[in-house]
Amino acid sequence: MEYPNQSGFRQQAGVRMRGTPGDPRDPSLLFDDTSAGGDKHDLSGVGKGPGVCPGQALISDPMSNLALAYGSSLASHGREMMDKNLDRFIPISKLKYYFAVDTVYVGKKLGLLVFPYMHDNWEVIYQQDTPVAPRFDINAPDLYIPVMGFITYILVAGLALGTQNRFSPEILGIQASSALVWLIIEVLAVLLSLYLVTVNTDLTTIDLVAFSGYKYVGMIVGVIAGLLFGRMGYHLSLLWCCVSTFVFTIRTLRLKILSEAAAEGRLVRGAKNQLRMYLTMAIAAAQPVFMYWLTFHLVR
Amino acid sequence: MAFTLYALIQTAILLTNAIAVLHEERFLSKIGWGAEQSIGGFGDEPGIKAQLLNLIRSVRTVMRVPLIAVNAVCIVLLLLFG
Repeated sequence: MEYPNQSGFRQQAGVRMRGTPGDPRDPSLLFDDTSAGGDKHDLSGVGKGPGVCPGQALISDPMSNLALAYGSSLASHGREMMDKNLDRFIPISKLKYYFAVDTVYVGKKLGLLVFPYMHDNWEVIYQQDTPVAPRFDINAPDLYIPVMGFITYILVAGLALGTQNRFSPEILGIQASSALVWLIIEVLAVLLSLYLVTVNTDLTTIDLVAFSGYKYVGMIVGVIAGLLFGRMGYHLSLLWCCVSTFVFTIRTLRLKILSEAAAEGRLVRGAKNQLRMYLTMAIAAAQPVFMYWLTFHLVR
Repeated sequence: MAFTLYALIQTAILLTNAIAVLHEERFLSKIGWGAEQSIGGFGDEPGIKAQLLNLIRSVRTVMRVPLIAVNAVCIVLLLLFG
């Protein structure tokens, strides 16, 4: 971004164009580097002031020097050991891909979740066999929206229960674990059915978690509409969000589960493709059921 | 319905126990779900029934020993904490 050039350098814009000392400045700095220039003598007085007397004694003492070096090496050794062990259980590098989003992607994806009828191309863009980061491809699954949606759902559930005087702090924990358990059950059921139908897809478990988490957006919209407009608003908005989540899920999963020919819309006869189509529709139909099940007790 | 994670763990343990208890000779062969009857579908992709039988057999093979440990822990915890 343009931060190191814009902030504070406006009056020196003309000077900048002549190749000023502002150019070789480190572009990763977000703020003005005020420590250079006239502040040097200040820094030596202020910054090191409280640290001069005991600091110098601390650094000059060889024993504490040794202890400092040993402590820092121990800390770095411990950190790299923890990183190595943690990476074995939770694939952190793979998780990072799912959180590589930006605001534009989130905005477009939320719009797509609520209104998927105008979108044409649902294919995921690949780059040498690996899918492109969600930042560059709106069809790629991400984990940011599901995680944020889950947390917002818990908060909105607490809000809804609070307006009916049914709130207590344990309720938040109960709602959270209940929704999490249903999510786990749904992902396990989808995994089991994908295994039974022997579908060769590149859908990973995290992808399924992401696709199952997209329904929280519809649930939140429904509950908030129910809070603002009463039961009629809740039912209408939940109906709209259920239909759009159904269409979104079908259109996204169709390309991943069905074979190439069937996914393009041509009717391919055969028991295998029919079974896969039924599976896709079953997964998509489970979404509105869960959406209703997890929210109807919140709006009275 | 207030599900807790503990209920999920209990359900998982009970379901795995149920699958592990299905005896190969005495029960599964009698109803035509035996393991040796489904080998023959090489080349073509196996149907749902073959996949299911495969799953049952592999769950039984893999989970037999860990289930002993998990059940023992569960019994002790239930005895202690009710």
